[in-house]
Amino acid sequence: MAKKLINVNVNGKPQEKAVEPRTLLIHFLREELNLTGAHIGCETSHCGACTVDIDGRSVKSCTHLAVQCDGSEVLTVEGLANKGVLHAVQEGFYQEHGLQCGFCTPGMLMRAYRFLQENPNPSEAEIRMGMSGNLCRCTGYQNIVKAVQYAAKKLQEQATATA
Amino acid sequence: MNAPVQTAEAREIALAGMGASRLRKEDARFIQGKGNYVDDIKMPGMLHMDIVRAPVAHARIKKINKEAALAMPGVHAVLTADDLKPLKLHWMPTLAGDVAAVLADEKVHFQMQEVAIVIADDRYIAADAVEAVEVEYEELPVVIDPYDALKPDAPVLREDLAGKTSGAHGPRDHHNHIFTWEAGDKAAADSAFDNAAVKVSQHMYYPRVHPCPLETCGCVASFDPIKGDLTTYITSQAPHVVRTVVSMLSGIPESKVRIVSPDIGGGFGNKVGIYPGYVCAIVASIVLGRPVKWVEDRVENISTTAFARDYHMDGELAATPDGKIIGLRVNVVADHGAFDACADPTKFPAGLFHICSGSYDIPAAHCSVKGVYTNKAPGGVAYRCSFRVTEAVYLIERMVDVLAQKLGMDKAAIREKNFIKKEQFPYTSAFGFEYDSGDYHMALKKVLDAVDYPALRAEQAAKRADPNSPTLMGIGLVTFTEVVGAGPSKMCDILGVGMFDSCEIRIHPTGSAIARMGTITQGQGHQTTYAQIIATELGIPSEVIQVEEGDTSTAPYGLGTYGSRSTPVAGAAIAWPPARSTPRPARSLPTCWKSAKATSTGKWTASKSKAMTANTKPWPTLPGSPTTSPRPVWSRVWRRCTTMTRRTSPTPLASTCAWSTSTAPLAKPRCAASTRSTTAAPASTR
Repeated sequence: MAKKLINVNVNGKPQEKAVEPRTLLIHFLREELNLTGAHIGCETSHCGACTVDIDGRSVKSCTHLAVQCDGSEVLTVEGLANKGVLHAVQEGFYQEHGLQCGFCTPGMLMRAYRFLQENPNPSEAEIRMGMSGNLCRCTGYQNIVKAVQYAAKKLQEQATATA
Repeated sequence: MNAPVQTAEAREIALAGMGASRLRKEDARFIQGKGNYVDDIKMPGMLHMDIVRAPVAHARIKKINKEAALAMPGVHAVLTADDLKPLKLHWMPTLAGDVAAVLADEKVHFQMQEVAIVIADDRYIAADAVEAVEVEYEELPVVIDPYDALKPDAPVLREDLAGKTSGAHGPRDHHNHIFTWEAGDKAAADSAFDNAAVKVSQHMYYPRVHPCPLETCGCVASFDPIKGDLTTYITSQAPHVVRTVVSMLSGIPESKVRIVSPDIGGGFGNKVGIYPGYVCAIVASIVLGRPVKWVEDRVENISTTAFARDYHMDGELAATPDGKIIGLRVNVVADHGAFDACADPTKFPAGLFHICSGSYDIPAAHCSVKGVYTNKAPGGVAYRCSFRVTEAVYLIERMVDVLAQKLGMDKAAIREKNFIKKEQFPYTSAFGFEYDSGDYHMALKKVLDAVDYPALRAEQAAKRADPNSPTLMGIGLVTFTEVVGAGPSKMCDILGVGMFDSCEIRIHPTGSAIARMGTITQGQGHQTTYAQIIATELGIPSEVIQVEEGDTSTAPYGLGTYGSRSTPVAGAAIAWPPARSTPRPARSLPTCWKSAKATSTGKWTASKSKAMTANTKPWPTLPGSPTTSPRPVWSRVWRRCTTMTRRTSPTPLASTCAWSTSTAPLAKPRCAASTRSTTAAPASTR
């Protein structure tokens, strides 16, 4: 199948790659760029394990074509930590035991990352709604909500400190 | 600098052993996208497998045309049952003593069954080629209800078993009958019912559910044609059992088969069995001499891999007029699907369903479970509990509620009346289980006090009395006697392999340690849990104990992680025996202790040694805290650099025995009574 050249900035690094037009973004990230953090759980946009951030929006990369990202900026879980310092959402999931098997975690983290920019001071109900596109089969969500609350608080503290 | 000595309490904190609240050791990789799941594995020259599946549930295969698929660029092979026949791999044994088709052999037994496989350069080409394989079916009548399956004129589902009047679990009395398994004393139970003043009965269906781990099943098989070695990375909850079965199936000596369970994205019983996809990928790798990856999609996972439940249950209770239960009878029709592929211990085709007398003192009881074939996917696994225990708990708890309603008794009162009393322990149930200890009355009281049960009842009554109340209120009350920790070997085996588990600990010269276990975590947090047990047992901080599982070439043989068995069985392998063969290291304290401290950057620097005299208190300092990284340098330990391989005892110990009912046999402080109420919300992965 004829390939198309795309230019994508992934985790701050420009990538110029030739891909089949039908290549899904998740396969492009995992197999072309070896960024295996985002996972394939359902291939139908239900579970959110493949969630990445594209130009400031949460996107389920299992139902998004790589060619749709031409000219875009993509952030994956591998790009969350900054020079070895965990992002607040990563710290939140660690501190609040927001994961067990870890398979949904990269998607959860990427959704939480974007959600807390959309709503920096969410209520518990808003967190549950904001994270509702991401499924976890292990934890029962309670600690995921706590993890997002932890991250929200931490991000607010960071914002206050820099203000 | 740390003080050279510290109290026993401070030492416990530094050890971060059992009972300590500490952060998980495995999380660093998961929160940074650095887990290593099976689909993350890439090997040079790796090909991809996809599966042609049947669109119908019961059909004869008239013709398979693979020419178009084989002609596609990038397609390496298309295999059907006919191709596997010369290898005698078109059928495989199941863990339950039945056989299952690897690829549908002349006949399809359930919808989405594997019919052919395609091997191609990448997953896109493989998926294209699957579409190009043409299969002609002649549809047959479909049976999806086990009661229909048992009718005299029901279609014969398993023609391969024609004329077989007995199966792996005794006589078969119908062509779609698998087994009938009984426990308890039928005559005694019948007698109790004959003389009972009060009798209740209830039919209930516990529907089929799918464990649905977020990661589907898959593998990467890699056969080295030069060395004759087979390495397979696989999403398996029981890698050692897989190795044994793969060796038996393939004829490759078990010493040349290496099975590796990498990080697993949840299992919940779904990843215990051996699926056709695994076998096909292995065959393809052997045939082609290249690594082959197969990862199923979600629809394939839900449609074809092991389910749980699907029990049609009839329960009966006999009681006195004041609510004392005197007899229990249960009849179950169990829908096992097209092949009997449960993963129960071999002697127990209905798992541990006979825990169905629950937390109650019932003098006479009998249960019977009839396994039946239908045109549904095979399975019947221990989903988030031990084997068929959830089914048993649902049955008895529902029956007790039914009895309470009949007698007009409160749900709590009828349970209090029938609980096994504290002074009755150790207690042997009418089904033969030994309950080692418990105080169910106290546990229930704690729950009722915690939720202010009388206030809840009052609120409920008020809502029901108020015609304008927008809501009505129901109160559920459930006790759960969970028989966990499948083992010991003399009671439980799978395919003749005793259900023990193992631990091998190596202590390094500097005092850190590596423990290799026969189990495999799928989110349970073994790397933390086992490290904590070892910390308490050996006196080495959990932070510096590395736990490894899942690689059969390095880990000791074990039966794996399912049915709530890892901590009771493999954990007991750590906890139980060290003191018996060698002096318990935690008790023979080191003479010398070099302490270390954390700097503000989180890096560790060793500081000067402090001499200590063995066996004198106070305890030597263990530096650091549970959330930091203590790194002791234990100068005497190197003399004991040793390998200890421990199995759990084949002798039932109270703490490791499957027939005891403690929910947490290892850690006394956590040994809560087995009574849980629905108001509690335990969330755990199994």
